[in-house]
This record gives sequence, C-alpha cells and structure tokens, in this order.
Amino acid sequence: MTALQQAFETAAQQWRQLEESKTPVFFVGAATCGRAAGAIEVIERLKNEIKKRNLQAQVIEVGCLGPCSMEPILIVHKNGAPRLCYGNVDPERISAILDRYVAGNDPCPQWALGRMTQGRIDGIGDIADHPMFRAQVRHILKRCGLIDPENVHHYLANSGYRGFLKALELGRDGTFDEVRKSGLRGRGGAGFPTWRKWQLCRQTASDIKYLICNADEGDPGAFMNRSLIESDPHSVLEGMLIAAFSIGAGEGYIYCRAEYPLALHRLETAICQMRRLGLLGSNIQGSGFSFELHIKKGAGAFVCGEETALIASIEGRRGMPRPRPPFPAVSGLWEKPTIIQNVETLANLAMILDNGAGWFVRYGSASSKGTKTFALAGKINRTGLIEVPLGISLKDVIYDIGGGVGAGKKLKGVQTGGPSGGCIPADKLDLPVDYESLTASGSMMGSGGMIALDDDTCMVDIAKYFLSFTQAESCGKCPPCRIGTRAMLEILEKIASGRGAADDMDKLGTMAQTVRDASLCGLGQTAPNPVLTTLRYFGAEYEQHIQKRQCPAFVCAALVSYHIDAERCSGCTACVKACPVEAILGERKKPHKIDQSKCIHCGVCLDTCPEAYAAIYRSSGSLTRYEQRKSGESKS
Amino acid sequence: MTVSAQQNNAVVAELLSLHGKDRSHLITVLQDIQQHFGYLPRQAVTQLAQRTGISANEIYGVATFYAQFRFIPPGEHIIQVCQGTACHVRGSWQLLQELQQRLGIKPGQTTADGRFDLRRVACIGCCALAPVVTVDGNVHARMTPKEIALLVKQHSGKKDR
Ligand SMILES: Cc1cc2nc3c(=O)[nH]c(=O)nc-3n(C[C@H](O)[C@H](O)[C@H](O)COP(=O)(O)O)c2cc1C
Ligand code: FES
Repeated sequence: MTALQQAFETAAQQWRQLEESKTPVFFVGAATCGRAAGAIEVIERLKNEIKKRNLQAQVIEVGCLGPCSMEPILIVHKNGAPRLCYGNVDPERISAILDRYVAGNDPCPQWALGRMTQGRIDGIGDIADHPMFRAQVRHILKRCGLIDPENVHHYLANSGYRGFLKALELGRDGTFDEVRKSGLRGRGGAGFPTWRKWQLCRQTASDIKYLICNADEGDPGAFMNRSLIESDPHSVLEGMLIAAFSIGAGEGYIYCRAEYPLALHRLETAICQMRRLGLLGSNIQGSGFSFELHIKKGAGAFVCGEETALIASIEGRRGMPRPRPPFPAVSGLWEKPTIIQNVETLANLAMILDNGAGWFVRYGSASSKGTKTFALAGKINRTGLIEVPLGISLKDVIYDIGGGVGAGKKLKGVQTGGPSGGCIPADKLDLPVDYESLTASGSMMGSGGMIALDDDTCMVDIAKYFLSFTQAESCGKCPPCRIGTRAMLEILEKIASGRGAADDMDKLGTMAQTVRDASLCGLGQTAPNPVLTTLRYFGAEYEQHIQKRQCPAFVCAALVSYHIDAERCSGCTACVKACPVEAILGERKKPHKIDQSKCIHCGVCLDTCPEAYAAIYRSSGSLTRYEQRKSGESKS
Repeated sequence: MTVSAQQNNAVVAELLSLHGKDRSHLITVLQDIQQHFGYLPRQAVTQLAQRTGISANEIYGVATFYAQFRFIPPGEHIIQVCQGTACHVRGSWQLLQELQQRLGIKPGQTTADGRFDLRRVACIGCCALAPVVTVDGNVHARMTPKEIALLVKQHSGKKDR
C-alpha cells in the first residue's frame, strides 16, 4: 500500500471518529480575520475551562467559515446532537456555552448562527437558512472553516486529491478536455478562458515548462485568496498538480504576498505533507509525472500581480511588466512556456476533475460558468467571504447576503474590481455579476473584492483614493501610466480641496482615455476605471465639489468644518481631551468651541462627543449635518 | 542598533549557503537579511554583492523597487495602518492622522526616541473587520481614534492619563 492509500484510510477513520465522537469537540475559526477578532483568546479560554472542568474534549483550529463580522466563530460538537455554530463568541460566552449547553441542556439559541449538521434543536435553524448563507453556493469554500487546514487527513477525508487522481486516470489530454468543457475562466481579474491559455502552452514545444500560482492578491480590500489558502491550502495545491500535469510543467512556484504570514505558513506545512504522501517529487504515484513546488514571497509591489512583472520578480529582478506578446504561455519564466493562474482558478480545477465538467457548468450564467468567491466589505452589515453562482444580481449579494447598509444610511454604490474596477451606482444593482455585465458597466469582475459604499462615502474621494494607490504603485516604466496617473491625481486633489475648475471634469475624462489606451500593462490600462465610473455615475457630486465647493458626504477635509452647537454642548470636556491638536477650548460645564485655525478636520471630536449630546456638527458649503458618527462597534 | 561587520558577514554567508547564490534567490536573501536585522544594512548589501557577483548598484535597484525593503534601522514598535479600500471607507485616514499627531511623525518615519515606526500598508486581508491597525504584527480590528491613542500609550510604557 502506498503512503497515499494509507493516508486515505487513516483519514476516513479519523474523520469518522470526529463525526461520532462521544466527547465534545470545539472548532474555532482561527484564520487571520478570526484571530483579529480574538480567536486566540477564545482558544486559550476554551482550553483553560476544559482543564478546569476536567472535561474530555478536543479543540480544533479551523479556517474561516466566512461571516467575518460575526467572528470569532465556534462550532460545538456534542454527542448525539447536531453540531451548532455560534458567532461573536468571547471568553465569557465560552464559559456560558460550556455551562449551559455542554454540561446542561440549554443550546443558547440567542448566540447560535445555526446548525451545521442534520438534526433538530428548538430555536436553532439550519445554517443554510441563515440570511448570510441562503443565497450562497459553496463549492470552493465547502471545506473552509470545517476542517483543520494543517491536517491533511481532514482534506483527504473530504474528497481531497480525488480530482488529481482522476486527472492521472484521464491522462494529460483527457484532463485538458475536461477543463475546456467546463469553460472555466480565470478568477484573477481578466476572466481569460483557462483552456485557451493551456492550449497555447501545450502547443509550444519545450522540455521545460513552469506553472505559477498567483497569490499576490494586490487588490487592497480583497481577501478571498488569503482566506482560501489559510482555510484549505491543499485545494489550491491539488489544482496546481492538475494544471502542471496537463500542461507538462515539472516545476511550479507560488507567489504569495508577504503581508500574509499565516497563508505562507499554511502553504509550507501543506507542501511538506504532499512530499510525505508522494504527491510531489519524481514519478508521482507511479504516473511518470514529476513535479516540484517552491514558494516565493512577494515584497510589496502591487504591479507584481501582473503576470509579466510577477515573472520578473521571481527571476530576482525589479518587478516591471513587459509588452505581450510573447505571452508567458509561450515564453515566460526564464523564457520557458509558463502558465500563471490565480489561486481560485486553481482551486476550481480539483472540483472540475472530481465532479466532471458537466457538474461545473450547471452553475453560473451562459458565458460565466461556475461559482465565484467575493470579499464583502465596506459599509455593509454582514461582511465576510462569500461564494455565489456567477450571474446572481448585485442586489441579492448586497441585500440578502450582506444585509444592506447600516440603520439610517443609504447605499450609494458598490465598488468591484479594486483599483482596476469601478463604482456601480445603487440604482444599477439589478446587474448580474458576470464578466461581461460588469465590464459593460465600466467596472470589472476583478478578483472578487466587493465594497459597499453608503452616503458617508464621497465619490470624488474614492476616485482620488484609487488614483493615489495606482499612482504610487505605477512601476514607472511607461509614461502614460507614470505621468498620466499623476496628472489625474493632481486634478482630483484640486477638486477635493475646493479648487476645482469648470473644465476639470472634461480634462479628467480625456486623460483617462489616454492612460487607458496607451499604457503598457493592465495596471495603467485599468487605472482610470474608478475615475471614469465615478464621473459617469456620480458626475453631480463632482459638480457640487467644483461649483459649490461642498462635499455632500462630509469627507473631503478641506471642504468640511467642525463646529460645536452651544445649546447642545453640556461642557463635559470629552472632546477637549480627545482633540489631538488641542483645537477645542472650553471649561467644564461651559459650552466648548473649536478653534478653526488649529482644527485638522480629523473628526475625533465627533466620535468622542457622547451620543446623548451629539453637539458636534459639520458644515460644508451651505450644508450642515448633525449626527453621532458611528465608527464600528467599539469594544471597550 | 548598529551592526558590526562580522555580524554582517556571518549572516550573509549563512543565508547564501541556505538559499544559493543564484540571481533568482536575490529577493529571498534580501528578505531574510531584513528579517534578521530589521532593515538592509549597507554593509550586508556590500557583502552580498561581493559574494554573489551582483553589483551593489543592481541590488539596490531591486531592493528600492519593492516597498517591503527598508534602509534604516526600525523603531522598537512597528505600527501599520491599513490603507486598503475597505479600511479607507471606514475611516482609516482618521486613524493615520491621529497617529501622526500623537507620534509627531509621518508614515515611513521613526519617532525621535526610537520607540515607534509608523507605516502604511495596503491591506492585510482583514477587510471585513475594517479599519485595521497592526502593532508588531498583531492585528487590531475595528479600531477607533480613541483606541489608537490607548494602544500607543500601552506601548510607550507610560501610564494612562
Ligand atoms: C496590475 C495588475 C495586478 C494584478 N494582480 C493580480 C493578483 O493579485 N492576483 C491575480 O491572480 N491576478 C492578478 N492580475 C492578473 C494577472 O496578470 C493574470 O491575469 C492572472 O494571474 C491570470 O490568472 P487567471 O487566468 O487564473 O485569472 C493582475 C493584473 C494586473 C494588470
Ligand atoms: S482594506 Fe484594510 S485589511 Fe483590507
């Protein structure tokens, strides 16, 4: 029996024991997001309490289940009962759940998100009926948050490496056919059909070929790839085996950003496990196929997500893109044919091979097959990582899954595609989420970042934000991008600071066209999208900034001033103490006043003023706004 | 912290024997040098040039291209403020401003007492819990200016006022 066969048996046994465990098992979501929300403290408390109570129980660290806004997340297995999932657990809740549910009979439905397995428990429904999960179709994420990502047996017990074994059975051509029939398109942004790229590479004669996994995830505001690697690293690695096998690559690289230490660690662990199981090295599983895998850590350059720049970076050079053709599939890493795929594209391969192309095409729309993960963030109630069939409407994502915007706020738009994408206005939310529709709207699918914007978001500021990002990240090789993004940013800064001129919008539009058409790589070609879409859908807001010198969202610091309503102010001195520049004057019990010459418009006073008084208001041009601005739930 | 020549030699030699002198390992070796010293000491770069045959000029060319590399010793605590999109729309610029005021430095600088480094980072992947700040690699989610001030105090070794 081979090491792999043995591992499959061990895996089945281990998993069954876990499922049928007579003693309690606690699964804690401890990916980066879970940790940020306090998962490590939860695990510590759990272990301490277990010891204190002399309980026989296991604690297992799992990855991310997805609903990050409800993290830390705990799943409890109790003998004879369905597994229950709890959200927002903190050390106190742990003790309560142990007392009342594990030791008693109260399943604490007030904290439960749902049942993870079949069975009945009063007051707790199936997690699949939870509003955040109802519209989701979880294929890529099916194991995330349910298995221990550092235990390969958990992966093997849940259909792991079956797709690769199937590929070996089908042979290189059969595997290629299956991928072609699936119509899988790249999930890294452009949506290029995977099989077409492979075909080009397969047709290029060369004794050496390379496969690269693009885990650079440069879109600032997206975390799909991080979460998947941290929660289920083998699914990506299995996809790499399949791709390498079919295109005939003997060596592979994973280019992962350095900002993702946990993901890097999980990849290293998983690669060691693959070696032990004979899934790497020469003559893998006696198939004659040999493959080696290396990890390369990115060094903090957005442009290195672009494939030719990424190649330069792996070669140890400055990460500058080069013109294509030749395409990397023909001449890439060290001038050898090279296929570069996004993390999620690769993870799709294992499922396609395991379940067949016919199964895959059942999901999605006519031209965009399958499912796609999105990182839902921004001004929305439920944030996190989700997976939906392509073709679903934006509205369903934002309102059903995301639960809409906060109380009293209005959705203004949705940003997709990060710095390469654009802002889709709230009245266009019927738009289906597929490659063509999003591109037609002026935005793009991108890699899956989706950021909700509400009426506290200024669209000029958003355009300025993205432009300052792309301008800073432009590698400087081609003038349209290097100079064009800077010139555009300067105009946006002018408008945001109330110095906009009547023809600025036209100028911006013209420059945007030039940068888009004349830049060398995708960075410059798509950098104008955030500007173009905001001009197109939110032109009135630009005009307000230019003509009335006012920012209706009260964001652009130079156009907003802060004041204290003397009638509301109780003189509590909270804002006086909080102001970082000592711009607020006043004594206890007397109304305070802001010294406008010192004020830096940071908004700290607005956050500090107790809700009961809400004495601080902002004005911009002829507009004023009173409110207690909420800045997330504070955790004092 | 100044780094002695011997230290430099030893570290560079060890890393090269670990990774190899091949050009493709240059960035990895630089990352490990920085991991060791907290920055890229000039001496180490000179050493690396001598031992690999890649000119120091060329090495600096590569190193300066990537945002990760630093050329001066870092402060004791490193505060990173995420400037990703999700954090931006949730007010991370406010946090940055607050920190700039409190510490009296701009992003990329170190406080005069060497206690703090202030840096921007473009997304650490915790966007769902925005805005996010990291101190010495520990992620603090859903930060507010008030909590930022507390964090700074905790790490300055000073008592709460
Ligand atoms: C500026 C820029 C940044 C990019 N960043 C990424 C990235 O972070 N991750 C990614 O998978 N693709 C990124 N891409 C797209 C890649 O160039 C390439 O198309 C992709 O990795 C191909 O894989 P796919 O076909 O599986 O999508 C970027 C492109 C550009 C122009
Ligand atoms: S945008 Fe701040 S963590 Fe992603």
